Amino acid sequence: MHSSITIVGASLAGVRAAEALRSEGFEGVIKLIGDEAHVPYDRPPLSKSFLEGAMTSERLSLLTKEKITELELQIRTGSKASKLDIDSQTFEIEGEVEGFDALVIATGARARKLPNTEKIKGIYTLRSLDDSIEIRDSFKSGNPKVVVVGGGFIGCEVAATASAFGIEVTIVESQDVPLSHVLGEEAGRVISKLHTDNGVQLKCGVEVQEFKGENQVEGVLLKDGTLLEADVVIVGIGATPNTEWLEDSGLTIENGVCCDQTCLAAPNIVAAGDVARWDHRGYGKSIRLEHWDNAAEQGKHAALRLLQKDSEALPYAPIPWFWSDQFDRKIQLAGISSPGDDFEVIVDSPEEGRYTAIYGNEGRLKAVLGINRPRHVMQFKSLMEEEASWKEALDFAKGIG
Amino acid sequence: MRVVVDFDLCESNAICMQIAPDIFEVRDDDFLYVLDETPSEDRRSNLEESVQRCPKQAISIEE
Repeated sequence: MHSSITIVGASLAGVRAAEALRSEGFEGVIKLIGDEAHVPYDRPPLSKSFLEGAMTSERLSLLTKEKITELELQIRTGSKASKLDIDSQTFEIEGEVEGFDALVIATGARARKLPNTEKIKGIYTLRSLDDSIEIRDSFKSGNPKVVVVGGGFIGCEVAATASAFGIEVTIVESQDVPLSHVLGEEAGRVISKLHTDNGVQLKCGVEVQEFKGENQVEGVLLKDGTLLEADVVIVGIGATPNTEWLEDSGLTIENGVCCDQTCLAAPNIVAAGDVARWDHRGYGKSIRLEHWDNAAEQGKHAALRLLQKDSEALPYAPIPWFWSDQFDRKIQLAGISSPGDDFEVIVDSPEEGRYTAIYGNEGRLKAVLGINRPRHVMQFKSLMEEEASWKEALDFAKGIG
Repeated sequence: MRVVVDFDLCESNAICMQIAPDIFEVRDDDFLYVLDETPSEDRRSNLEESVQRCPKQAISIEE
């Protein structure tokens, strides 16, 4: 049994790892190390209710002082780990070498940036509490024109929140239909319509050529020649896993830390959350997810893996699930859809703002999308966990329409 | 034990319904209903999982 466990990364996966170790009865030292100055906090509201101003930063906290004491955590914020070496079981922190018995890697991902934008004021990415506060302040100053680059989930959420401020907002998306790489074109169009109905401008199938403005952004020039005026630009073009500190560590890094089916990356080392790529037994391939529910569950699973013998370790093979709140709609996807999937709309009720669709492939139910239909999403998610066939899913759908 | 839901926080994500369908139900009106406010002790682990996995941390257990 390890006498101490070090968790690098103090966001959701890291916090859930610590909690799981204590509830499993682990009595050794738990160190929790994070590079942000804040105590661990929850990120989903940063593009939604917190950005809107409907929630205080205290409410985001994942760990109260009482909880830190109760869990007997040695917590160290504002400290960046580097230079992991798995042979010597050490890494560096603030210039000093630190050893570990067992390690949870939960360093997450960071927002991808566009090149040559660092020095121009008014161009933001959204990942941290500080980002969200800055963007909110920018929304409140005057009546800014906002351009969102990237019509993914973060971009769509930010656009929805901005338009709730009464701000003029345009989404620039390189695909013809936003979210079509995740939801398919037909469902992507449902989300697009939600945005245009609410006054958001969409510029699709076109990329950014350059930003106008010397020190402060003034506009966004698109490759088709369109010039969009902009006082504030939010770039939402995906995230990159934070693995730089693991280069030359001896671990395998391929768009994430590669782990086996049980989240083990090397002896005594596990990874969890946005930074982890693991062999998902159910999908027969390695995947990496950037979902809230996965960070929480994988944090728990990976930490407990450190307490188990190899022979008793269980594979981590959940059905992925996430939600996105845009305007008054709750959008949820469970499972993984792929281009070319069979696609069946079960509910389409624009007047109620409700929509349910399922995706299938090779005779199997693969994913479910729900808009303001959480009940259906969970019902189909249960079917996926039972490995339901496409026909069984269609039969089930007949009963709920 | 007693199930307590803060309905000001609840956004009907329905993850609790999937974990413990005998305790939680999100109905067609999109609202969450607690079917069993005082579940028996053998339901504790599912209930604790519902508490943990609620994205809004809207569920708690009173002993």
